[in-house]
Amino acid sequence: MTTNKTAAAPEELLAAPDQATQNQITQEIRDLHGEVARREAEGEHVPATMWNFPPYRSSILRHPTKNPRLVDPETIELWSPAYGQRDVAAIESDLTLQHTGEPQGERITVQGRLLDSWGRPIANQLIEVWQANAAGRYIHQRDQHPAPLDPNFTGAGRFITNDDGEYKFTSIKPGPYPWKNHVNAWRPAHIHFSIFGSGFTQRIVTQMYFPGDPLFALDPIYNTIPRQKDRDRLIGTYDHDLTVPEFSMGYRWDIVVDGPDATWFEPEGDH
Amino acid sequence: MTTPSADGTTATAPTRTKRDLGPKTHERTPGQTVGPFFAFGTVYDKMNEVVYPHSPGSVRLSGTLYDGAGQPIPDALVEIWGADSEGNIPRGRGSRRRDDFTFTGYGRCATTDEGGFAFWTLNPGQVDSRAPFFAAIVFARGLPDKLHTRIYLPDDQDLLDADPFLSSLTPDERATLIATRTPDGNLHHDLRLQGEKETVFIAF
Repeated sequence: MTTNKTAAAPEELLAAPDQATQNQITQEIRDLHGEVARREAEGEHVPATMWNFPPYRSSILRHPTKNPRLVDPETIELWSPAYGQRDVAAIESDLTLQHTGEPQGERITVQGRLLDSWGRPIANQLIEVWQANAAGRYIHQRDQHPAPLDPNFTGAGRFITNDDGEYKFTSIKPGPYPWKNHVNAWRPAHIHFSIFGSGFTQRIVTQMYFPGDPLFALDPIYNTIPRQKDRDRLIGTYDHDLTVPEFSMGYRWDIVVDGPDATWFEPEGDH
Repeated sequence: MTTPSADGTTATAPTRTKRDLGPKTHERTPGQTVGPFFAFGTVYDKMNEVVYPHSPGSVRLSGTLYDGAGQPIPDALVEIWGADSEGNIPRGRGSRRRDDFTFTGYGRCATTDEGGFAFWTLNPGQVDSRAPFFAAIVFARGLPDKLHTRIYLPDDQDLLDADPFLSSLTPDERATLIATRTPDGNLHHDLRLQGEKETVFIAF
């Protein structure tokens, strides 16, 4: 053991010490995106998400300073943990049914497919989601901003993709959430997703957003992804065909997981 | 200890072969930070107990996650995924709902207020005659995307010396990827996102 340092209480870490203005943060975001565009024009490969993104203040001490080493995935990395219906109950895909009453807010259904880079469906994999309630409040004990908790909404669900790689869940549209990265910092409404692909290399955790959110340009986390075309991939599409009459608004969001350049398969074909 | 899976499909070291599918047709969905409030969505019972604690053959893999100032990181998720002791790739289901019997190979741990993580699992066996390791991923508030790494077992120096990836690293870098065997037979391994002794992270 090299240290006996005691960690700061996590809630104390949530507020960035410098408390910059929104204008400063927005300018930093623009400058960094411009720098990436220049580097790419010079032929550099920049990852889809930047680990080092100072406008997201808590990334400053938490990003590696060296580029990750490119390796050939081997053995265990070519596989994912096996999931199946035994891992979740069907009711876990309806976040509005977890309490005795109906949660407040705009009911939504979100549907999509889990695909690989060749558009092939990934079946029998676990997707976990979590989110704030309609007022933008998380049930987490460290979220103490003065928006109401909803006694009928926890905001966590999980499901297994079907044979066509499809998933579907019912929830409430989350509200924007204030987060102390800078003065008057608000996150665009989002749902967190944790996703397993067919290999451990494809595992991702990400966030789905809603179309037309006015907070996009102001949010350092959304903008850790420097290219607009990549950011667009995180935005669900309103789909009237998924809207259920008298019940919920429908959104479609497909997820593509990537792995090694040549994919790997098992002769028996069990994902 | 070999653990047959509950559905009777005991893994027999499956292999995957490279297949050229031509150019990719779909762009990947980018990653985002796990954020600060992941616990209620991602934490579940026995998630770090890949095997029942103290069961025969079990090993405790523990360590601390540090930031660039040497401070422990109290709001992170560490995940491991490893072969069983015979080098079989686990195909048993049930990582999200443990039956205390099936070895699924996958574990998840939310770091403590002191940045600590700990798993009960098996020492992975050799797969394809390679130095055995746990595949590991770190997610954290303040970390905009996942970080992959490997945690190698320290026991077989010949295998470690022969490993092409480890051989491509400097001794200091290599040291960040190899766990320490404690006197009681368990494993200790710290992870550092930044700074001196920064863990070597990998991409594929």
